Amino acid sequence: MSNKAIALYLHVHQPFRIRHYTIFDAGVNHDYFSDGTPDALTNNAFIVRKVAEKSYLPTNRRLLQILQEYPDFHLSLSITGTVIEQLEQWAPEALQSFKDLAATGRVEIVGETYHHSLAFFYSRAEFERQVQMHREKVEQVFGQTPKVFRNTELAYNNDVAYWADKAGYKAVLAEGWDKVLGWRSPNFVYRPAYTENIKLLLKNYHLSDDIAFRFGDRAWSEWPLTADKFTHWLNETHSADVFNLFMDYETFGEHQWHESGIFDFLEHLPKKWLQSPGNRFLTVSQAADAFAPADVVDTPETITWADTERDLSAWLGNSMQTSAITALYELEQKILNTNDLALIEDWRRLQTSDHFYYMCTKWFNDGDIHAYFSPYDTPYEAFTNFMNAYHDLKFRLSEKGVEV
Amino acid sequence: MLGWELPPYNSGGLGVACYELCKSLAARGADIEFVVPYQADHGIDFMQVTAASPQGVVAVLQEGSVYDSARYVFEDGHEDRVNIYTQQQRYEEAVAELVERRGETFDLIHAHDWLTFRAALRAKQFACCPLVVQLHSVERDRAGGDAGNPLAREIESMTMLMADRVIAVSQYTKDQIIKDYGIPAEKIEVVHNSINPGDFAPLSLANAYTYLAAMKRQGYRVVSNVGRLTIQKGLTNLLYAAKEVIAHAPKTLFLIVGSGEQYYELLQLAADLGIARNVIFTEFQRGQRWRDAFTIADLFVMPSVSEPFGLTALEAIGYGTPVLASKQSGVIELVRNCLQVDFWDIHEMANQITAVMQNDALRDNLHENAYRELQHLSWDDSARKMIDLYERHGRKKAAA
Repeated sequence: MSNKAIALYLHVHQPFRIRHYTIFDAGVNHDYFSDGTPDALTNNAFIVRKVAEKSYLPTNRRLLQILQEYPDFHLSLSITGTVIEQLEQWAPEALQSFKDLAATGRVEIVGETYHHSLAFFYSRAEFERQVQMHREKVEQVFGQTPKVFRNTELAYNNDVAYWADKAGYKAVLAEGWDKVLGWRSPNFVYRPAYTENIKLLLKNYHLSDDIAFRFGDRAWSEWPLTADKFTHWLNETHSADVFNLFMDYETFGEHQWHESGIFDFLEHLPKKWLQSPGNRFLTVSQAADAFAPADVVDTPETITWADTERDLSAWLGNSMQTSAITALYELEQKILNTNDLALIEDWRRLQTSDHFYYMCTKWFNDGDIHAYFSPYDTPYEAFTNFMNAYHDLKFRLSEKGVEV
Repeated sequence: MLGWELPPYNSGGLGVACYELCKSLAARGADIEFVVPYQADHGIDFMQVTAASPQGVVAVLQEGSVYDSARYVFEDGHEDRVNIYTQQQRYEEAVAELVERRGETFDLIHAHDWLTFRAALRAKQFACCPLVVQLHSVERDRAGGDAGNPLAREIESMTMLMADRVIAVSQYTKDQIIKDYGIPAEKIEVVHNSINPGDFAPLSLANAYTYLAAMKRQGYRVVSNVGRLTIQKGLTNLLYAAKEVIAHAPKTLFLIVGSGEQYYELLQLAADLGIARNVIFTEFQRGQRWRDAFTIADLFVMPSVSEPFGLTALEAIGYGTPVLASKQSGVIELVRNCLQVDFWDIHEMANQITAVMQNDALRDNLHENAYRELQHLSWDDSARKMIDLYERHGRKKAAA
C-alpha cells in the first residue's frame, strides 16, 4: 500500500489597484485606490465583486461540500490582508464562505505579509510588522494562528528560511525549481540549509501548472485533463511522500473559467484520489509533521514562483520597478514618524507587489501573462500612476511640516 | 493660404504661428482664404477657413512622428487613422480643383510647410499667380539633425525652386535652406515668428500643479519643457543633464509636458538614470495646465537639436519664466536675455541649469530683462513685413 498525500494550497489575494492618478491629482485628492468608473479595471470594488462571483463563492461552495463529504479532505489557504479588507467592504458573503471553510477545522491558514509586499528585501522591520499585522487579522477573522509561512510570490532564499525558523514556524513554502532541487524531487519534505527545526515544502510546478495554467489549453497534448488522468499520474509516481499543489485560488473560475470544466475537476479530484488506499490530503503543517526531511536544500539565490526565470525579475527586473520601490521604502521613517494611520496605510498599500508587476516590460513569452493580469494598457501607465501617488505621499508629508 | 492645421486642431506650433500671423495680416487688411485638409469649426471670423475635403473633424491628433498617420476624431465619435501621404494627395486634389474653379480671384498663394507643398505646386500651375512658400521647419530639423526623409526633402527642394519667394521663420532656418537645398540667399526672406505681449492673461487661478507648488515651498526648484516628445526636441540630452543637475541640486524637479513617440523611451531613460522621482511626465496638455507648466517653472529649457523658431520660449518668458535655449534655435535671434547652450553639450547644459536652480537672483534678472525684450515684439511686426513682401511679389492688379 502506498502512503502518499496531496497538499493542496491555494493563495487568495487582491491588491488595491491604483486608479488613473495624474500629477494634477497629487496634492489635491489623496485617494489613490477608489475609481469612480463603475466597470473600470482599476475599480477595486467592481473587480472584487466580480472575482467573488466568478471564483470565490462557487469554489468555496464546492470546497465546503467536499469537506462535508470527505472527512479526510484537508486544505491550506493563504489570504492576504488586502483581500480580506476588500471582501469585508464589498463582498462580505464571500468572506463568510472562507470563514465557513475554516470553521470545519480542516482548513489551515498560512502566514504571510498583510500587504502582499516585498518588504523582506527592503526593510526587515517593516516586513515583521506586516507579518504581525497579518497574524492578528487571521486570528481575528478565522480564529487560528498561522504555523506555516509563505513569503510574497513565494520569494524564498536561505534568509527567508532562517527568519521563519527563528520566528517559530513549522514550515516554509517555496517553488520546487529545478536549479534548487537539482536531481531531487519536489515530492518530499526538506530542511532548509542553516536551520534547526523548520521544514521546506516545495511546489511541484509541473503538476500545479497543469491545473493552474494548462487546464483550459486545448493546444496542450494532455487536454482535456480529468481527475481520473491526474490521479493516475500521481498514483504512478512511486517515489513520493507529498504532492505539493500550490496555486492561485483564482485558478478556479477566474483564470480557468467555469466553462473549462475546472469545477468538475475540483469536485472529482478528492473522490478519485481517496479511492486508492493510503492516499491522503494533508494541510501544509500536517505534511511538515508527517514526513522527515529527505535532505538539506541550500538556496543562496532568491527564487519565486513567477515566469521562466523564477526570480524577482517580474517585479524588480527593470529600472522603473526598482526606482519606484526604492523611492517608496526611502519614505519609511518619515511616514511612520507621522503616526498618521491613514497615511501609513496608503504607504503600505503601495508596497503590494502587484504594482511593480504591472510595470514589468518583459513583453515576450511571459509578457502575455503580465498583460493578462494588468489593469493598465502599458507598464508605463502603471509606473506613472504609481509615481504620482508617491509624489502625493510626499505632499502629505510636507503638509505635516516634514522635510521631503 | 495653404496650411495644415489651425488651433484648436493643432498638434504643435505650426498651427499657432499660422493663426497669429493671419490674424495680424487680416487686421492690416489682407483678405485671406485659408485651406486646411479637414473640416472643423475653428471659430475664426477674420478670414475664411475652407476645408479641402468635407470631413467633419473635432480633433486632429498627431501620432508619433510627422510621417506617421494622423488620428482624426470625427463628429460622430469615430476615429480614423489617416495616412499622411494619402492626406497630402487628397489635399492636393482638392486644392487643385478649388484653384481651377476660382484661380483668377487669388492674387497670391502662400503655403506653409512641406505638407502643403505638393498642393502649392499644383495651385501655382492652375492659378497663374505667384507662389510664396514659408518654411516653419525643414526636413533636417524634424529628423533631429539627420538628412531625414528623402521624399519630404524632394518635395521641399522642388517647391522652393519653383516658388517665387521663400520665407524662413528665422535666420537659422534661412542658413539651413541655403546649406541643405542650395536655394540662393537673395530668394529667401526672414520673417520671424512673434508673440503679442498683451496676450498673456494675468493669472488668477491657483497653479494646476499643486504638488509642484507645494514642493517649491519646501525649497525645490522646477525646470520645465513643453513640446512634442520627438527626437527634434532633444529631450534625451535634457535628461542626461538632469542627472548631473540633481547630483548638485537634489531639490530640482523636471516637468516634461507633451506626448510623442519618445514618451516611453524618455520615461524609461529617467528610470535608468536613477532620477525617476525628480522627473514628472504629464503628456500633452491644453489650457490652464499648458500655461501653468510655464508659470510653475523657475527655468524653461528648450534643448532642441534643431529648432527653426521655438515659440514656447517666448511663451515661457511671457508667463514669467526665464529660458535656456539651444544655440540651434531661431528664437535666440529675437531674445538676447536668455541662456544658450549647444544641444549636445550636456555638461554645460547641466552647469547652466544648476546655476539658475541655486540662484533666484539670476533667475529673476534673466526673466526681467527677457520680459522687457518681449514687450518690443508683436505679430503685427511680422504681418507688416509680410504685407510688404506680398506687395512686391503679388499679382499686379489690372489698372481697370
